[in-house]
Amino acid sequence: MINMKRAYYEDIELFKSGTIVFWTIVFLAVLVTFPLYMSNYYLYLFSLMMVYVIVSVGLNILVGSTGQISLGHAGFFAIGAYGTVILMTSLSLPFFVAIIAAAFIAAFFGFVLGLPALRLEGPYLTIATLAFGLAIMHIIGHTEFFGGRQGLVAPALDIGVPQLGWSYVLDSMISKYYLVLIFTIIMVLVAINILKTKAGRAFVAIRDSDIAAEVIGINLTMYKTLAFATSAFFAGVGGGLFAFVLGFFDPFTFNLILSVIFIVMIVVGGLGSVMGSISGAILITYLMYDLFKNVDEVPVVGALLVAFSQQFMTITGMDNFNYIAVGLVMIGIMLFEPLGLFGGWIRLKKYWKTWPF
Amino acid sequence: MPFGQLLIDGLAMGACYGLFGLAVVIIYKTSDVINFAAGEMAMFSTFVAFHVLNIFGYPFWMAFIAALAFAALLGVLVDYFFLRPAKNPTLLGLIVITIGAQMLLAGLASWKWGAEQKQFSIPVSYSVTYEPITGFIISQWALAVFITAIVIVSFMFVFFKYTKMGTAMRATQQNKHAAKIMGIKTDRVFAFAWGFSSVIGATTALLLSAKTILDPGFMMEPFLRAFAAAVLGGLMSIPGVLLGGFIMGLIENFFGYVWPSWKPITAFVVIVLVLCVRPSGLFAKHYVKKV
Repeated sequence: MINMKRAYYEDIELFKSGTIVFWTIVFLAVLVTFPLYMSNYYLYLFSLMMVYVIVSVGLNILVGSTGQISLGHAGFFAIGAYGTVILMTSLSLPFFVAIIAAAFIAAFFGFVLGLPALRLEGPYLTIATLAFGLAIMHIIGHTEFFGGRQGLVAPALDIGVPQLGWSYVLDSMISKYYLVLIFTIIMVLVAINILKTKAGRAFVAIRDSDIAAEVIGINLTMYKTLAFATSAFFAGVGGGLFAFVLGFFDPFTFNLILSVIFIVMIVVGGLGSVMGSISGAILITYLMYDLFKNVDEVPVVGALLVAFSQQFMTITGMDNFNYIAVGLVMIGIMLFEPLGLFGGWIRLKKYWKTWPF
Repeated sequence: MPFGQLLIDGLAMGACYGLFGLAVVIIYKTSDVINFAAGEMAMFSTFVAFHVLNIFGYPFWMAFIAALAFAALLGVLVDYFFLRPAKNPTLLGLIVITIGAQMLLAGLASWKWGAEQKQFSIPVSYSVTYEPITGFIISQWALAVFITAIVIVSFMFVFFKYTKMGTAMRATQQNKHAAKIMGIKTDRVFAFAWGFSSVIGATTALLLSAKTILDPGFMMEPFLRAFAAAVLGGLMSIPGVLLGGFIMGLIENFFGYVWPSWKPITAFVVIVLVLCVRPSGLFAKHYVKKV
């Protein structure tokens, strides 16, 4: 989509220039030292952001790079969360084995959903994936084994192997934050590198024209289902971490709105780019779950809105202000910057490079 | 519960899904947009009726007219402000815009009227029933649904066949650019399609609010089912969508009677199974993309 590479070496290198290496290191250093000067609430918010970064990076492989639509990613997310917790409590697997196994279960479901998706496109694919997400939510909600409507409480986060007597429990928010951070860095690196492999280029070819891709020898069946499975794997890992960041979840956490928010994250960030999905996930999580969720605590504007609500609206409905704001952000981005934040960044960069022309 | 009542209830719900599916299909056929905001637009119009009826205290027919007028205006406004300015939109981009409109409207409605359930009654009741044939109990509500459906569908038939605007709409559906060359103001056709669809949606939502409840989220589920019904019918033909709606309503009612806890998803499972066999729905010719 926005690709200005001219040589193969440029395509496979991880960092384009020394400047990017420098800023990446600065960014990571800020993230690593974050717990030193931030309260627990912000650590929680950042952990949540990073979980959503993992999911949206994975979703972008499917939607942005392969050109398929999925409105059912909350289903894979739920499989990851429930799978990790249940594998840990029922089979008493260690955390790392459980989360990887759960992610592979999610990937298997992604593969299964990818099969009907081979023949579907546009609105038909939308409704099929949407149905999948709703079905997962209801199946979990109606099965006692999965905790039913009451939901599940995540067990203690033990990253050792308790059966072998080597146990290391992460109980503070800081340690969970670091765990999520390490997972996020690994998954983002994986995503960046997937897009540089044969499979990644096959995905992009399928997005640009599936018929042309088939003609030049790309196995559509294999790569489309692979895209679904990869994307579901990311959602599964995200879900497994989400379970421990929240500590408690019920089936309705994983509703259609969540799937929609995942899509919104990658569209706002920029389709087909890893940086885009990261920035989109961070921005939307911040707007949705922090700034506009507690809009009445924002100075000046908050008080004005409360007064306005009391005069003309209902004060109880203020809780839904984040939907209004995020809806407006979505529409605004699509109308004025259809390539998302990443597209805007590229435009800005071009403007500075070629200034004053 | 006897077979007759399940059948009639299923058909009535199916007619609602079919009508709402029509609201989705009119927009999809004309401007290639899947309107995810359809449910919330209809919900908002129903709340306008609620406001006029319960807070201003006017009679029902005035609330009804106000709601429909508001619905038409809302449809045109959504088209004018949110969809028309989009530059070279992709399918996903359009979906995101309508989802944005949906979140905006849902948030506005619960801000204005609060998220709690409302007491809202229209003159037809679900509990008043007639029994013309033994075993086939038909409620006043179902009767109203059938009459509304017949009125709307026959109106649409006449409209698309005999009026100038209807012909222009059909022409735009076939080929946007050719229609423009022939002197049809396609922007106006789109605006009209949005208004028209919104009015049909609002009528259906008013009927549905009598059966279920009235709160800012009450149209979400019916919208998804109507969308599924439209997909089942192939998204292109009007009789197909109505049939899809009836199939949806019947399946949901009969399966829901046998396994009540799985009622919400039976319809969707059926949809996925049908799409596995016929990727473009039951009543549409499979669309083959040109390279």
